Amino acid sequence: MTTLTDPPKASFRLSMLIYDTRYRSATIQVVALFGFMLLAAWLINNTLTNLNTLGKPISLAFFTEPASYDINQRLLDYNSRDSHLRAAFIGLLNTLVVAVLGCITATILGVLIGVLRLSKNWIVARIMTFYVEMFRNVPVLLWIVLAMAILIESLPAPRAFRGENPEATLSFFDTVAITNRGVYIPEPLFSNSLGNLPIFGNSSLRFDISLDFLAFALVLVAGLFASHTIKKRADVTQEATGLRPTTWYTRLAVVFIPIIVLFAVLGFHLGYPELKGFNFQGGTHMRNSLIALWLALSLYTAAFIAEIVRGGILAISHGQTEAAGALGLRSGRIMSLVVLPQALRVIIPPMISNYLNLTKNSSLAIAVGYMDITGTLGGITMNQTGRELECVVLLMAVYLMISLSISLVMNWYNNRVKLVER
Amino acid sequence: MSNQPFVREEMLPELAPPATSVGFIGWARANLFSSPLNSILTLVSIYFIYSILAGLLPWMFQSSWSATSLTECREIFNATYGTSHGHACWGVVNDRWLQLLYGFYPDYLYWRVNLTLVLTLAALAPILFSEKTPKQFIYLTMAYPFLMPWLLWGGTIWGPLAVAAGFGIAVLAYRALSNMSGLIALIGAVASAVIWWLFLAGWVSNGLSDILPIGIEAVESRKFGGFMLALLLGIVAIGVSLPIGILLALGRQSDLLIVKAICIGFIEFIRGVPLITLLFVASLLLNVFLPPGTNFDIILRVMIMMTLFSAAYMAEIVRGGLAALPKGQYEGADSLGLNYWQAQRLIIMPQALKISIPGIVSTFIGIFKDTTLVSIIGLFDVIGLSTAIRADTAWNGVYWELFAFIAFLFFIVCFSMSRYSMYLERKLQTGHKR
Repeated sequence: MTTLTDPPKASFRLSMLIYDTRYRSATIQVVALFGFMLLAAWLINNTLTNLNTLGKPISLAFFTEPASYDINQRLLDYNSRDSHLRAAFIGLLNTLVVAVLGCITATILGVLIGVLRLSKNWIVARIMTFYVEMFRNVPVLLWIVLAMAILIESLPAPRAFRGENPEATLSFFDTVAITNRGVYIPEPLFSNSLGNLPIFGNSSLRFDISLDFLAFALVLVAGLFASHTIKKRADVTQEATGLRPTTWYTRLAVVFIPIIVLFAVLGFHLGYPELKGFNFQGGTHMRNSLIALWLALSLYTAAFIAEIVRGGILAISHGQTEAAGALGLRSGRIMSLVVLPQALRVIIPPMISNYLNLTKNSSLAIAVGYMDITGTLGGITMNQTGRELECVVLLMAVYLMISLSISLVMNWYNNRVKLVER
Repeated sequence: MSNQPFVREEMLPELAPPATSVGFIGWARANLFSSPLNSILTLVSIYFIYSILAGLLPWMFQSSWSATSLTECREIFNATYGTSHGHACWGVVNDRWLQLLYGFYPDYLYWRVNLTLVLTLAALAPILFSEKTPKQFIYLTMAYPFLMPWLLWGGTIWGPLAVAAGFGIAVLAYRALSNMSGLIALIGAVASAVIWWLFLAGWVSNGLSDILPIGIEAVESRKFGGFMLALLLGIVAIGVSLPIGILLALGRQSDLLIVKAICIGFIEFIRGVPLITLLFVASLLLNVFLPPGTNFDIILRVMIMMTLFSAAYMAEIVRGGLAALPKGQYEGADSLGLNYWQAQRLIIMPQALKISIPGIVSTFIGIFKDTTLVSIIGLFDVIGLSTAIRADTAWNGVYWELFAFIAFLFFIVCFSMSRYSMYLERKLQTGHKR
């Protein structure tokens, strides 16, 4: 007679932590966590010891001290008695300015070049290929330095504009002065200005909101909203009767007439640059460093965007184009209604990372002396105060935040244009 | 009756196509003048090319190679062509090309740099062109990581040998412990190698170099510079970042939560900050993070940060390749009874890496171009040197010629990398071409 015995009880042995797949992953995780914490503790301990030896324990007190250096290209008011925090803030705005300008130009150029590279015209396609290969295979820093050198060495000095028979004249109907010290463009002025609205009082983050600009923005938004309403009404009429009322002139008028009226009331005029003394006065001065950086970053990134656009368009199967053609669409409408909306889904994710790259590459501003956040916080402030750790960590934190916000916004956009499946 | 209809009994012979649709004319009609818009585009492009070449060719070829300063160049041009504008002064390249290539490396030791470059190519050959290279080259590839630093930095031979011995010790320890269990043997091998490198290697190599002082002249890191520095940093960062990147990608895809979190944190942090801030860390902070009194070479510090930087980007590319593999491949590996590492090594990685070749190579190109950023933290790479040359009174005001030369150097390397990746893609193509 056989007797039934209980199956042997699985008693836990220490070796099961290594050999038993049920426990092994837990073991590895605990070991990894311990290793990581040990490493972090070791690094932090070293840092604290070293900083104590150097006699500069971590502190952010230097932020409130006066910066005592000048920032020449800036959006907000700043003088050398302002704090280091104010200088970093101005630098951050400068980073954002060049990033936004660069992204816009790079997108326009890149899309154009990418589409032209697919052109049936052999010679045009070859020129665009040449452009892409030339910019992709040479470091961006070289382009930036080269652009700066060209602007400084090849453009006329302000004194060339002087005299009865000047060597150089203002471009664009005497409104823009292109000199080796930068470009002076006309600035908008208002004779009956509404004034400014100061925000954050007298703190380091203070800035003024121009009420003129605010009024302009409000009127523009209202105009666009009205135009949208007219379009909707036209859509309703078309649905009901099959006839689409012609609305383009009312829509244009609704947007532009209020703005023109507002400008007339505010007394809008342009302030032109004029040669006074040794330099140009008036107008908005865009420094060489800003233009060089902007130009080089846009041309460089445009080459990458062009490849992305080309890849995106090629990814749409030819059958889509043929089907659209069979429906009787013209080639322009095939592009805008069938190919591009589908290509956009392939294009947007790599486009996001190119915008991120452009923003991060704007830190190379330090090579041409443009005072972005790397030039202020990571440059002069760091050298003056000797607070390398604090400055570098803050610099990294700022860039991380910028990167995260860009990818958040663009991912939101990506989700909107994404193909909605089951 | 003659109302029999006419029926042709033989086919007419084929005629040659009209002259306007074959040969150059046909090609031009199809590709250049197919529509009015295309014709306009063609004409505009031809004018554009003409105007560029009309400026570029005289500039390039009506030039001076011999002058030793910009003023001398201008005198030559004024005497020869009557104007100093529109002529390239290649004298600056002629004068400084050795410096642009080698930095401040002692000129009687250039052969060591050249030999290193030859060795690099020979060591890369069995990896890049595996079917066209003799098998024996692989030994050179294995010895290369120890030969290269010795040749470049010089010093005693025992240092690199002691480092290499660490790997030998690891293999020996693994053999000795292999009858215990795989994992224990692995841990034992790694531990013995680490102990050797940390505590014994320096002592042994010092002792041996006292007894048998075999070595070559040492060169300090601050003499390194020029294009050679870009190649050095590029090769190290590229070579080391690929394995680290693969490990990071596997960590990011793994089920182990903590490992995954660490990998994601590292990758996202590195990818969110510009390389220049990491180079600041290398030049200012890395010594602060390490035990008091540590002070190691600036080039080594830059190499570490560039490697970490590129590893994060590599990890994302490899992750893309892993994500593109169908789940069936993983399940197939499981059903064969392969364990995790076997499955990765034999089934998953070869396919994932093949998918990600274009991305990997463009990351390589990006890293190589990014090596120029070290000029911002004060190393004299090509761009740093070009700034120095332009600040020199003899060459103050020269820019096109210098930058054209530098751009040409980078273009050659980057363009050949991208062509190689296309060749590799074709070679590894296993699917059916349509």
